Amino acid sequence: MADPKIEGYQFKPGFKGMASDTGSDQTMFKGVHWGKAMMWIFLLSDTFVFSCFLISYMKGRGSTLIDWPNPSEVFGLHVFGVDVPLLLIAIMTFVLITSSGTMALAVKYGYEKNRKMCGWLILATAIGGLTFVGMQAFEWSKLIHEGVRPWENPFGAPQFGSFFFMITGFHGTHVSIGVIFLFIYAYKVFAGHYDNKKRGWFTSMKGDYVEIEILGLYWHFVDLVWVFIFAFFYLW
Amino acid sequence: MSEEQDNNKVVYQAQSSETMGGSASPSPDMDYVRPAEIPEQDLYHGHSFITKWVFCQDAKVIGVQYFLTAVFTGIVGLILSWLMRLQLGFPEAAGFMTAEHYYQFVTMHGMIMVVYFLTALFLGGFGNYLIPLMVGARDMVFPYVNMISFWMFFIAVAVLMASFFVPGGPTGAGWTLYPPQTILEGTPGSGMGILLMLISLSLFVIGFTMGGLNYLITVLQARTRGMTLMRMPLTVWGIFTATVLAMLAFPALLVSAIMMTLDKILGTSFFMPTIIQAGEVLEYGGGSPILFQHLFWFFGHPEVYIVALPAFGIVSDLISVHSRKNIFGYRMMVWAIVGIGALSFFVWAHHMYVSGMNPWFGFFFATTTLIIAVPTAMKVYNWILTLWRGNIRLNTVMLWCLGFIVTFVNGGITGIFLGNVSVDVPLSDTYFVIAHFHMVMGIAPLMVIMGAVYHWFPLVSGKMLDEGLGKWHFWITFLGAYSIYFPMHYLGFIGVPRRYFEMYDSPYMASATGMNEFISMAAFIVGAAQFILIYNIIKTLKTGKKAGQNPWKANSLEWYTSTVPPEHGNFGERLPVVHRWPYDFSVPGAKEDFIPQTTPPSEVVHTKVEKT
Repeated sequence: MADPKIEGYQFKPGFKGMASDTGSDQTMFKGVHWGKAMMWIFLLSDTFVFSCFLISYMKGRGSTLIDWPNPSEVFGLHVFGVDVPLLLIAIMTFVLITSSGTMALAVKYGYEKNRKMCGWLILATAIGGLTFVGMQAFEWSKLIHEGVRPWENPFGAPQFGSFFFMITGFHGTHVSIGVIFLFIYAYKVFAGHYDNKKRGWFTSMKGDYVEIEILGLYWHFVDLVWVFIFAFFYLW
Repeated sequence: MSEEQDNNKVVYQAQSSETMGGSASPSPDMDYVRPAEIPEQDLYHGHSFITKWVFCQDAKVIGVQYFLTAVFTGIVGLILSWLMRLQLGFPEAAGFMTAEHYYQFVTMHGMIMVVYFLTALFLGGFGNYLIPLMVGARDMVFPYVNMISFWMFFIAVAVLMASFFVPGGPTGAGWTLYPPQTILEGTPGSGMGILLMLISLSLFVIGFTMGGLNYLITVLQARTRGMTLMRMPLTVWGIFTATVLAMLAFPALLVSAIMMTLDKILGTSFFMPTIIQAGEVLEYGGGSPILFQHLFWFFGHPEVYIVALPAFGIVSDLISVHSRKNIFGYRMMVWAIVGIGALSFFVWAHHMYVSGMNPWFGFFFATTTLIIAVPTAMKVYNWILTLWRGNIRLNTVMLWCLGFIVTFVNGGITGIFLGNVSVDVPLSDTYFVIAHFHMVMGIAPLMVIMGAVYHWFPLVSGKMLDEGLGKWHFWITFLGAYSIYFPMHYLGFIGVPRRYFEMYDSPYMASATGMNEFISMAAFIVGAAQFILIYNIIKTLKTGKKAGQNPWKANSLEWYTSTVPPEHGNFGERLPVVHRWPYDFSVPGAKEDFIPQTTPPSEVVHTKVEKT
């Protein structure tokens, strides 16, 4: 993105620019909305949360004496008489990554003040997220049906169930919160709250299309975390 | 470097060109400061009592709310410490207390003081009040989120206090909450008590994250015109860096709290190994108690610096103002704060030497631990060099600062002992460790808090606290605190173990009994002396003399608000424009011995001000 115009301030390229921005007054990240900077720092903190979860998982899996269940079998589906490993997860991942694409387009149309397109794309993202959560509920109930519990499972180490439910549950909570906000924002876009700078319900601050980008950052982060969970749980 | 690329630098040099020999003549150019980048902040002004004083969005009111709530929990922690000392010094007088009670008091005292008192007071209290004022902002950048942050903290405190009243009482597992014993039946409060503790901690982390995001973005993105990072008071630097640490360290606490909650209520085995309780094999198996220790101390060690860094920052400002001298080595101080913050993430396992580890692992952590002594010592030298040949005002604030330096050096030196594996192993779990961490992260930051209260009370209330009472408060606390913790070093050396309810007639108690009685007496007196401050505050609010604007003749922006105490929006019609750092004291050639940050260069052309 091109640098914003700031009166009396000269942008410089590369590291010199970084040093000059850091050494300047008023703002460190020039032209960056407060809420956007806040979301980045929140996501850094949230990265540490998920890192702690995943490192604990690696430690638990690495030190178990009972064999870890084989993910290809546990997460496989039996469709049309054939065992397909990781079928459901592949679809879930595809849906979630696609929703990231629609979110990115929504941000673009938001900045172009294309209210209709922006609203429909946010709605599409929300439906993608909802599909993901629904499929995760299906996966959970399938595993629970097969006897997997947080404290035990028929396939091997009991920690498998503990870590699986905890980490996918924590991620699923993130997706669900995102979906709720996507629906709220879709309503706000369609109702034109960002075009006429209507004040928020709780914060009583003026609305702006930058909020779509902030929500987008969160949504992309949730997708990125899923890629790591996918790699560590299903491919390892 | 081309002419064009260097434009920004030229502007800044123009602002401070008076440093070039002091003979320049005033010109309109030298006062130039870039126009505002960001539009005026949109503030929500409360109108009713509820929106003005209860669910208030003004950072100053939120700061005071945080402060009062933290002080309330601190008094609970103080009473718990009295009860512990009663048992240790005069067991026959403490017949009502069982061993279970004692462990519960130890646990709650530790958790309250570290998390709910010191952290909340420094970051929630001083952070909220001072950051917007010191960087020249109208308010925190997200006032609504800030308000929610306080109420989350309030609920966390309420849940914590509720654990005193549930069946089985609060948890008695020690503030470190080590599994497996934390959630096993023999431990007091292993039912509801520990559950409420874990819920309360999770709420605290969530609430704190909301506040922390506010502090960080306010410092990074909402400074006033002319306020560069290197012109911020060190108080802001300390709180800012501590908040960064908190944002990265609290996740580990949240994760360990979630995992332990699941171990407790769902019967998962994240932290629980195969275990036999009362001759019966429990359902648990295969978990790792050491994993909890790693997660806990990855939070726990940065937590020490979350408390210490704001104290470092605040004390630097107080020393500079009250010795009428600029802070020695400002940039060094900033980098030391940042360096200590970064290093604090690589030392956590020095709390786990006695848990057993690969010798090379211990060696690594001993090395990183000792490296932290370098930036810390730099700070101590700089405080002393700031005082050196300063125009020292020996008022209450300065006394607290001097008390801090002495206490911090003392606690820091015992830290060097404990950082070494071979010295730590025999001393760990003795009173030596108690003495060390109470000196370095209990008494030392507390002295800064007291100094800060005497320093900023005139700003918050518009009235001066009584100096006479303040000096009594200081001397009793200072001498008393040494009477408590100095003998504890000796107790540790002769091998008295910590966390024991009763020593009975162990051989070393022959020389320790009298000392325990002495320590307990001192603890009662020091605890009681803290109520002098509360009396002083009440008396001052009723009959104290008016402070007026800027009673200490300080330079930083919080003293240059439109009204005293500052109103919502802080600075009236126009935000201040900053031309210099806040440490221009006793500048040769200046009319007064201080030059406010807002004074433009053209007014001080014939003085030798620092180039900042």
